[in-house]
Amino acid sequence: MLEIKQLVKKYHTGDLAINGVDLKVEKGQVMALIGPSGAGKSTLIRCVNRLENPTSGEIWLNGENIVKMRSGKLRRARRNMGMIFQEYALVERLTVMENVLSGRLGYVGFWRSFLRKFPQSDINAAFGLLEKVGLDTMVNKRADELSGGQRQRVGIARALIQKPDILLVDEPTASLDPKTSRQIMRLITELCEENQLTAIINIHDVALAQMYAERIVGLREGSIVYDGPPDDLKPDVLTEIYGKEDWTAVRKRKPKKKKSIEEDPTTKEHMEEMQ
Amino acid sequence: MAETLSSGTKVWQYRSRNKQLLSWFIWLIGTALFMYCWQRVSESTTWFFVWDAPRIAADIGSRMIPPRWSYINELWVPLWDTLNIATIGTMMAIVMAVPVAFLAARNTTPSTKFVRPIALLIIVSSRSINSLIWSLLLVSIIGPGVVAGIVAISLRSIGFVAKLLYEAIEEIDKTQVEAVTASGANSLQILIYGIVPQILPAFAGISVFRWDINIRESTVLGLVGAGGIGLQLNASLNVLAWPQVTLILILILMAVIFSEWISAKVRHAII
Amino acid sequence: MTNIPANPSDPGVSGQQTSTFPANWSPPPFIKNPLLRWGLLLGLILYLFLSIGSLDVNWHRIYVGLDRGAKFVYGFMNPNFAGRWTDISEGMIESLVMTVTSTAIGIAISIPIGFGAARNLAPLPVYLFCRGIIALSRSFQEIIVAILFVAIFGFGPLAGVLTLSFATIGFLSKLLAEDIESIDKSQAEAVQATGSAWWQWLNYGIQPQVMPRLIGLSLYRLDINFRESAVVGLVGAGGIGATLNTAFDRYEYDTAAAILILIIGIVMLSEYISGYIRAGVQ
Repeated sequence: MLEIKQLVKKYHTGDLAINGVDLKVEKGQVMALIGPSGAGKSTLIRCVNRLENPTSGEIWLNGENIVKMRSGKLRRARRNMGMIFQEYALVERLTVMENVLSGRLGYVGFWRSFLRKFPQSDINAAFGLLEKVGLDTMVNKRADELSGGQRQRVGIARALIQKPDILLVDEPTASLDPKTSRQIMRLITELCEENQLTAIINIHDVALAQMYAERIVGLREGSIVYDGPPDDLKPDVLTEIYGKEDWTAVRKRKPKKKKSIEEDPTTKEHMEEMQ
Repeated sequence: MAETLSSGTKVWQYRSRNKQLLSWFIWLIGTALFMYCWQRVSESTTWFFVWDAPRIAADIGSRMIPPRWSYINELWVPLWDTLNIATIGTMMAIVMAVPVAFLAARNTTPSTKFVRPIALLIIVSSRSINSLIWSLLLVSIIGPGVVAGIVAISLRSIGFVAKLLYEAIEEIDKTQVEAVTASGANSLQILIYGIVPQILPAFAGISVFRWDINIRESTVLGLVGAGGIGLQLNASLNVLAWPQVTLILILILMAVIFSEWISAKVRHAII
Repeated sequence: MTNIPANPSDPGVSGQQTSTFPANWSPPPFIKNPLLRWGLLLGLILYLFLSIGSLDVNWHRIYVGLDRGAKFVYGFMNPNFAGRWTDISEGMIESLVMTVTSTAIGIAISIPIGFGAARNLAPLPVYLFCRGIIALSRSFQEIIVAILFVAIFGFGPLAGVLTLSFATIGFLSKLLAEDIESIDKSQAEAVQATGSAWWQWLNYGIQPQVMPRLIGLSLYRLDINFRESAVVGLVGAGGIGATLNTAFDRYEYDTAAAILILIIGIVMLSEYISGYIRAGVQ
């Protein structure tokens, strides 16, 4: 459903961010994009909804070339693509509800959006999604009063209320702690499964990528160097993507001299403390 | 603002009914106030002149061009005077504003109940009165001349400098002051080592900023007799010598550009 | 104890010679280039010498004037509100009316110009045009503009209102444009990514970020416009300025003091109220 043909992105400074990428994503597939910093992962995703403009190449979504689109058509295409940002990118001073409803801006006229008089169906959808992501008690809280994980969930609701065909997810867990990261990834993949959504998830945590995605694409210096299932991600493949590193190292422990408990006063005190 | 209707649908409104009403009410009052004020202004206006304005403007414009360049020889001394009014006035103001600022800042004032309110009163009084009005007052008391202008500028600037300075003093990083205190320093040492270094950049920036504004203000003080190029401006306007007025305006513009350039350079160097 | 040599040139514990430290230390000068440093200092001293020397101070006149000064201070202690109350009240009301009108008009014009002067929003010709208007507005002191407007539009508060509205543009648009240019891009980007139209993007992505500062600046400008409205009357553009001028001309210091006290009082009140509103908007 999404087909990227020979995409090239070169900046004014001469940096080649994307070097001729060909990619096909089927409907309903959850694909993870991995690679080192500067590999072009963010740029690739942002080219799909034209937050960045490709230098050359084609991006076909549902039979239309996004690269060639101009304002009106582009907006209509954008409302079909839900984007989830790395630093949440919520409008800080607006409430949770307003942020979620802003996902419907592409469908609602200016005056309605200005007066905040969205159609009831949108409001129902908003409540439903907020309940789904677990934030139904925070409808009128201002976005800057939420924690990182909560903000990310609002971002997810905002993307989903667009009823998009595809989700573009840019490093959703970069600023989150390990437990929240898993919760967010689980939420995203569950929602994708429920709604038969295609998703491209840009992620730097390889372990998370393996856990939650059904297909992994590795990017290095603007070109695809791996494309396959998560299980085939062996150390030599990772080296090709990221460079040389000891991928299987476990923390080495210093060998301890065995002492009996009576001889070692510190452990006794320690044990007493722990009672 | 999320309510559940009897039919079970959840409803959401941007603002609660009361807030919405309040919002409309405020807009209503604001508009009514504006209409009333506009009405009063309109009543005191001779609309005939207003409709005639484009013609008058064109007429004056044609008289203003070309500027009388020869007049410039009479303007060098007044320009020098204007510069002095601004610079000396600002310097005097800074000297007086620094103690006032320290007395007004919550963290450095000796007493929040008595001294601080007095310092704040000084600041408000100083800045409420435009330098032109101060000039009026001083010309009336000590007579026309550059001195009146200098004192007027400094009296006005005390409030400005002290206000910004005390706000900067209140925003310093307390932990730095704590560290100096913890080493056993006395109050004066804490001031010099802990507080002053933190506010020096702000202080320099504020001083130059006020100097820049004062150059602008000094150019017109002569209109009420307090020296500077304003005297020439007043004289030229009184005899409707428009080409001279244009020249004076050009000079004022140059002075403003010059002072802004210096101000930007200095503030850039501080950061 | 750690191995710090007592004398820098003593050998340390390991027996090696440590480097010698300088005998005394002073903090590095603020301006590193000695030429520049001394040049500026000398220039400053020379300037002070010349400028103060050129002052033509008539000490006798000042001495005589101190008597009047005492009269003024006395007048301040007993301000006379009643004597010229009609003049005072009319003038103050006119000043307040001018303030409200000019600030309202000023804000209304400044917002579009401010948006037009923001490099990240406006195309180049619009940007240059708006920045030009702002520069024009900031270049000239209000009183000069007032003189011009009185000559063109006639005496009365209208000239004052126009003057202050014009002056508001230079202040408000400039600061608004700077605020817009420093917004958080990602918030605006996210709104753009949902497929919103340009007006919606302004309303959801830009406006919430600049609104608090805009309100704060508008309140500050209200204060400034009130203070300025007391001055433009000196040249016939309406407000309490004319009454004040007359009082000084007639040496009626008690009336003048009354007016000044009123001005200070209103400014204090407005400071208090605006602090309240600004805290509420945060």
